[in-house]
Amino acid sequence: MEKIKVLVGMASCGIAAGASKVYDKIFELKKLENLDFELVKTGCTGMCFREPLVEIIDHSGSFLYGEIDEKKAVEIFEKHIKNSEPVKDYVVKSDLFETSDAPYFKGQVKTVLRNCGVIDPESICDYEKQNGYKAIKKILNENITQETVIQTIIDSGLRGRGGGGFSTGMKWKFAYNNKSDEKFIICNADEGDPGAFMDRSVLEGDPHSVLEGMIIAAFAIGGTEGVIYCRAEYPLAIIRLNIALSQAREKSYLGKNIFGKEGFNFDIHVKEGAGAFVCGEETALMASVEGERGMPRRRPPFPAVSGLWKKPTNINNVETFANVASIILNGAESFNKYGTEKSKGTKVFALTGKIKHGGLVEVPMGISINDIIFKLGGGIQDDKKFKAVQLGGPSGGCIPEYMSDILVDYDSVNATGAIMGSGGMVVMDETTCMVDMARFFLDFTQKESCGKCTFCRIGTKRMLEILIRITEGEGREGDIELLEELAYQIKDGSLCGLGQTAPNPVLTTIKYFRNEYEAHIKDKKCPSYNCKKLITYTVVEDKCTGCVVCAKNCPVNAITGERKKVHFINQEICIKCGVCFNKCKFEAIKLS
Amino acid sequence: MRIKRIVNEINSTTTDSTIEIEKLDPVIEKFRNKKGNLIPILQATQNTFGFIPKDAFEYIAEKTGLLLTDMYGVATFYAQFRLKPVGKHIIKVCHGTACHVQNAGIITESIMEALKISDGETTPDNLFTLESIACLGCCSLAPVMMIDKEVYGKLTGKLSVNIVKEIQLKEKN
Ligand SMILES: Cc1cc2nc3c(=O)[nH]c(=O)nc-3n(C[C@H](O)[C@H](O)[C@H](O)COP(=O)(O)O)c2cc1C
Ligand code: FES
Repeated sequence: MEKIKVLVGMASCGIAAGASKVYDKIFELKKLENLDFELVKTGCTGMCFREPLVEIIDHSGSFLYGEIDEKKAVEIFEKHIKNSEPVKDYVVKSDLFETSDAPYFKGQVKTVLRNCGVIDPESICDYEKQNGYKAIKKILNENITQETVIQTIIDSGLRGRGGGGFSTGMKWKFAYNNKSDEKFIICNADEGDPGAFMDRSVLEGDPHSVLEGMIIAAFAIGGTEGVIYCRAEYPLAIIRLNIALSQAREKSYLGKNIFGKEGFNFDIHVKEGAGAFVCGEETALMASVEGERGMPRRRPPFPAVSGLWKKPTNINNVETFANVASIILNGAESFNKYGTEKSKGTKVFALTGKIKHGGLVEVPMGISINDIIFKLGGGIQDDKKFKAVQLGGPSGGCIPEYMSDILVDYDSVNATGAIMGSGGMVVMDETTCMVDMARFFLDFTQKESCGKCTFCRIGTKRMLEILIRITEGEGREGDIELLEELAYQIKDGSLCGLGQTAPNPVLTTIKYFRNEYEAHIKDKKCPSYNCKKLITYTVVEDKCTGCVVCAKNCPVNAITGERKKVHFINQEICIKCGVCFNKCKFEAIKLS
Repeated sequence: MRIKRIVNEINSTTTDSTIEIEKLDPVIEKFRNKKGNLIPILQATQNTFGFIPKDAFEYIAEKTGLLLTDMYGVATFYAQFRLKPVGKHIIKVCHGTACHVQNAGIITESIMEALKISDGETTPDNLFTLESIACLGCCSLAPVMMIDKEVYGKLTGKLSVNIVKEIQLKEKN
């Protein structure tokens, strides 16, 4: 009989949810009882809403257990690992029977995430068992030419997953056409969009797939040196990348004459970002690698002509590279059979915000937003009303509920005023104030503007000031028009994508939620009861039973009152967090 | 805008006699004469001291020939670099989009109230520094915070204060 395999999801999200404790427990029991089974740390399957996850693969099939704590781990150990009796109550996915989480998996097609949560990211053997490094070996063994590799990528229709959506094959072609004895391959792992984490999951769960993509790119364009620019906020990703790099070097998959091919020299190293959103922009990123302030410069010349250290450079996103090996191995059709006419393949989305099943989903392009949110994502938390979804982060926009039947592909999303971006989808319900969201994003871009262009530097600041005053009930007649005027000037007067797209969150919310702006400005009201200066929490005296629940839960001790007596909220101390409102069982807290 | 960061910190670049500047020698040895070495040197300096002391700037300049202006320009551009000492534990509360939607503001405010400091400040006993950060990549567990290397998810105001208090208690014993 084959050995039982036990996989514990240990990406940063799993660890934050408590996976280390679960792993340690199983490890301890294994040792204690001296049982022989394989215990593996894997990456994230994307099913973050059920973390920590433990998967057991035995002779009968696979069983994915969700929301496992130490106690449940002991139970699973006793029943399943020792006595082959699966604990069905905790199973969230199995190939033997249907679970209530089945809709989350239906409609997903895993290409980029194919190995995440399946293999041990710290083992090159595991990756190779899943057809890893076969694509590059196929190229070399079958003497496939650089031109053919590039043509295959062009034919696949793969477009950059970092936000721009430019044809990856075409980009490679430009870099290939520029002759130079030194060329760079950069992997953009800066993942600056707050609310997106697909790149982190790939780096933590399947780092070798990114390396293989980069090696193939190096072969195709004649790259001599690779750089992975990874943000410092992802320490685990950096650790796993470095492990993967040294394993690849040991096998001579990186270094000199790699894969036994005379003259094929290529090595990669990791550069740690230092915390600047603008460094996700390609020219700023290269300035940062060179050790300077990360300020974008004018293009042309494009990186393909003059990039890092003024050499031809090809830069792609993590997810873009993770797609490459499978396209080469299985052919362009394996990729372009999915998707719409102009947007091919599958895309990973990070579902977050007020959604029941937050996590990663990989779906074919062209699926509707509604399907993602309600079928895969399980709908809105607490069954509240769905209001809007934010796509594309600080460069993107909010798509309102009534437009959510649009299909996700680059062009349909752009038509709404939002952008596809890197694939972050932040779901908002009736309690989210859209003016506050616009203020939030402007606050972000205003801080992150590098300061080079006047319109971006000062314009975003002025827009932010107006938005702050609106959310504080000081809005003036004409503010909406002023915001729009500034928005278009910033778009026109900025050099890089940061400034050019910074006004998008404001423009889309004005376009789709103008009534909310007007309510703030004219009536001094926040229709979503969100803007703190415009709301108060008070105790309804004849409903308060004096149960002290609110006082106990108030994080700042603003509520006073004795047991069985009416309580009182001190408005001076109250931070308007709404905990009392949510905790009160007697509807004795009024929001006005 | 990033330029604003300079004005705040210009006076606080401290000279501290307790800094053992020689600790930088291996760092300097490792990166000297490598192109693009400025940011890694500053990162390693910060890893050594927890922040970048004024003396370190001067020492590095002297040993490597890097210009003080370049170093200062870079150190003030990137959010990661600190020019003043920090507490023993750094509390980073995520204010990314997902966390914002899930009410991250409350987490910061609750901790501010509990520790009686503002965002960006250090407690007088040098135990905690409170910071905001853009995204920790654990958005599905929002709201999230990180203390030292540990990430805590699905927080509430009360929960976050309890976690901080627990560390405080451990330190007292
Ligand atoms: C302000 C700004 C931030 C960006 N941030 C990122 C990022 O975090 N990750 C990324 O891959 N691309 C980012 N980009 C896009 C890059 O400039 C570039 O287009 C991309 O890395 C190219 O790779 P791709 O063709 O594979 O998408 C950003 C662009 C701008 C203007
Ligand atoms: S938005 Fe807070 S972890 Fe991503």
